[in-house]
Amino acid sequence: MAMINVKINGNDYKVKEGMTILEAANMVQVKVPTLCYHPDLPAWAACGLCVVKIEGSPKMIRACATPVEEGISIITHDPEIVEVRRTVLELILSRHPNDCLRCPRNNNCELQELSANFGIREIPFEQRLRDLPVDDSSPSIVLNPEKCVFCGRCVNVCHEMQKVFAIEFLSRGFETRIAPAADVRLNDSPCVYCGQCSAHCPVGAIYEKDETHDVWMALRDPDKVKVVQIAPAVRVALGESFGYEPGTLVTGKTYSALRRLGFDAIFDTNFGADLTIMEEGSEFVERFVDKKGALPLITSCCPSWVDYLEKYYDDMIPNFSTAKSPHEMVGALAKTYYAKKMGIDPSKIFMASIMPCTSKKYEITRTEDMFSSGYQDIDVSLTTRELARMIKQAGIDFPNLPDEQADSILGEYAGAGTLFGATGGVMEAALRTA
Amino acid sequence: MTYKNYILVCGGTGCESAKANDIFQNIRLELEKNDLMEQVQIVKTGCFGFCEQGPIVKILPEEAFYVMVKPEDATEIVEEHIIKGRTIDRLLYDAKKDKGRVHIENIDFYQKQFRIVLRNSGVIDPDSIDEYIARDGYLALEKVLFEMKPENVIEELKHSGLRGRGGAGYHTWKKWNFAFQQKSDTKYVVCNADEGDPGAYMDRSTLEGDPHSVLEAMAICGKTIGANQGYIYIRAEYPVAINRLNEAIKQAREYGLLGNNILGTDFSFDIELRLGAGAFVCGEETALLASIEGKRGMPRPRPPFPSVKGLWGYPTTINNVETLANIPVIITKGGKWFGSIGTENSKGTKVFALTGKVNNSGLIEVPMGTSLREIIFDIGGGIKDGKKFKAVQSGGPSGGVLTEEFLDTPIDYENLQALGSIMGSGGLIVMDEDDCMVDIAKFYLEFTVDESCGKCAPCRIGGKQMHGILDDITKGKGKITDFDLLEKLGHAMRRASLCGLGQTAPNPVVSTVKYFKDEYIAHIEDKRCPSGKCRDLVVYSIDAEKCIGCTLCARRCPVNCIDGEKRQPHIINQELCIKCGECFSVCKFGAVLRS
Repeated sequence: MAMINVKINGNDYKVKEGMTILEAANMVQVKVPTLCYHPDLPAWAACGLCVVKIEGSPKMIRACATPVEEGISIITHDPEIVEVRRTVLELILSRHPNDCLRCPRNNNCELQELSANFGIREIPFEQRLRDLPVDDSSPSIVLNPEKCVFCGRCVNVCHEMQKVFAIEFLSRGFETRIAPAADVRLNDSPCVYCGQCSAHCPVGAIYEKDETHDVWMALRDPDKVKVVQIAPAVRVALGESFGYEPGTLVTGKTYSALRRLGFDAIFDTNFGADLTIMEEGSEFVERFVDKKGALPLITSCCPSWVDYLEKYYDDMIPNFSTAKSPHEMVGALAKTYYAKKMGIDPSKIFMASIMPCTSKKYEITRTEDMFSSGYQDIDVSLTTRELARMIKQAGIDFPNLPDEQADSILGEYAGAGTLFGATGGVMEAALRTA
Repeated sequence: MTYKNYILVCGGTGCESAKANDIFQNIRLELEKNDLMEQVQIVKTGCFGFCEQGPIVKILPEEAFYVMVKPEDATEIVEEHIIKGRTIDRLLYDAKKDKGRVHIENIDFYQKQFRIVLRNSGVIDPDSIDEYIARDGYLALEKVLFEMKPENVIEELKHSGLRGRGGAGYHTWKKWNFAFQQKSDTKYVVCNADEGDPGAYMDRSTLEGDPHSVLEAMAICGKTIGANQGYIYIRAEYPVAINRLNEAIKQAREYGLLGNNILGTDFSFDIELRLGAGAFVCGEETALLASIEGKRGMPRPRPPFPSVKGLWGYPTTINNVETLANIPVIITKGGKWFGSIGTENSKGTKVFALTGKVNNSGLIEVPMGTSLREIIFDIGGGIKDGKKFKAVQSGGPSGGVLTEEFLDTPIDYENLQALGSIMGSGGLIVMDEDDCMVDIAKFYLEFTVDESCGKCAPCRIGGKQMHGILDDITKGKGKITDFDLLEKLGHAMRRASLCGLGQTAPNPVVSTVKYFKDEYIAHIEDKRCPSGKCRDLVVYSIDAEKCIGCTLCARRCPVNCIDGEKRQPHIINQELCIKCGECFSVCKFGAVLRS
């Protein structure tokens, strides 16, 4: 790609043609604040915090949405720009509850960080809140419109990236709010529980449903046998909450932490993944060689994907694999094979799964037809973030934990499961196994 | 076939709502009854512009200009004027002038006007393509199809100096040229008829009075930039204009002036209407395009400009109704002719909707450079009820107020901007001494707050906060530090709002603070509204010495809060008073005091 010459704050740089001013500035270590821009999504240009000046132009423009041009001289920070940004930030804060201490995103919030960076001490405008109900109808995601800053990321990710169209902007102007179209509740909308909205929300307006309480209660119950499993992705994501570089492998410490939390047995979802692969592999052979059933074979591991196809492409339902997803496999085995082998009453087993995704919360109660052990195969599914909070609440010094192992029987795995995390990985593993 | 008389009945929305349709039907019935249909032609035209005096009926060849006509006048019009040939003095606008007959040219309201855009409004039957063609209609399209290259058309527009009449005043030739330069098999022409400023109806009247002029211009644009499809985005609240456009499109297709192979050439172009649901922000071009595409009407950042990436991602030229209506004339008479009208940087004419406290409210068209004094006092006939002129708001909610000292400034894009207002689409709202400027600013802000799409934070929240501050001031809860807050907010909104709506929303506030700061201070420090508009700051009381106990005020009070015996001084119960001011205006003895 062609390189062009630009000036940023007086210094000459060569940047790629087609880049936005925001990207060009980031490339040369200049951070332009923004609350609505996200690299996954097209620039939405809503928040008004990334305004910059081009020398010779009377206007301020949005860095996130304006491409660089040959020869332009960009000013990203001057007293006037900072003052305008501060006023915009104060305006956003005047329409936000600012109850950070009680917010699920406390210490992990883009608005909070901006407010700290700008040194906001008071808001000169009247606090204008609204009394909108929290939508907690979904088993996975909670929508708290009171906290929304209208960055638009959730709507854009839902429409542009996921093509689900579950949420929309409703009403207008000051009364604009984000909710499922036609103002139905989230659980009655076409939402597929993928959680991309909550993953992209800069504040605490959309977040995963917190079920740590249920796990704490079970851990206190002396009659229960507490069993847990962790998904492949969790071991590389959990470290982030404890200051590790994203992607650091902390498998041994995770096992160790789970044991200290009070779990009696720790299994690995990778084992379930191996089973899923064996099932899907033989299913593929059956469909391909014996010509029984629809091809191409589509994996059924992701409950959002299953839900999406059922809602939008129901003619493709026969293409699904009939295999259970890996954590459900482990859940079913724990309450059958493991219970029998250990001589435990399966009704006394409490099975938790630690998963990278909100969708699994929905999957575990989806339909009773799926309770193949005769019980709900998984009792509670937590996200990585929820587990991190539990570890912190329990006072466990995670970085200094010794590495431990999972329990055998269901704790061993071949490695096919680790392929799952990559796009196309499930089917590749199935083919290799087949 | 020629007729003995032609009766033109105004069919603009204003006159129609004052029963112009009944007038039209009644006159026709009378004509039929008297067996005159062969000799007299009756036509429903577009707006005459003199809305203050509507409904209007004009009879040719006498040029009798009848005003404030009622349906029951039909019999007299036919029996007296048509049959006996006697003009009806009581219906004439000003019977004293011109020996009982008033030619339209002699009426003050029309004298300083110069009509290009409104050339056919009030003259032809908008539902008749033949009448449009008879007045050189579609001649320009023919010229463009057979005699001109796209470059020539753009060159002609460049010579004309025509700038966008929707508000921003961007050079039309540049817009067309950008779209022309784009390499794309698909391009679009869009007409922005989403007029929404309070009190503005220039585009509506143009479309109602002369729909073909816009269709012709769109076809010319299509031929020039290389587009085959046009859309007119019009508010659903304009049913008369919509019906006339639909009829005009139908007729143009029948005549081969729209559709495939126009006039036998290889150029094909068609036009469809898209009805807007009345969101003001959809007048912003990128929001308008989103709305046509079926999305929520919210602006997006530019660049890319619509000329490069517009409707469904294709190059699109968007022009306002009034801009387009100029174009056939520019093509037939030449860009140089058009460029000879107006000021150095603003060429041609401008249509204004003159409303508010002015005697002759209505739709006017004047050359650029005409002064506000000429518009308000010569054309508009001065301020109503002999009151004192205070200010005029131009550019609707995006504009600002202009005070007496600027009455002689020639109106053009640059001058208005220099004074802190804008040309906008052409609303002119005149205010007199009874208008409270804080209240006016609040009114406009209320409009923009209501109409904000909610996408960007500065407009969504800033407008609301600004409105809240003004509301406090009008209720006596203002603080002197509010000036700093208003300035801070205005600055951030102007600089950081995404589209013109938010960027210009503070203008009414900024300009009233600039020119009427003393009024703000009176509200804030003295808790007093000098014009008595702000109810929370007004107290009505009765001067016992002046009150003769006529009981008129007590009888008119809507909440019965005035007590008193006959011929005894009355008293207002302040706890019940809703400060409507009715007692103040009905008292003939000056006994009701306002403070």
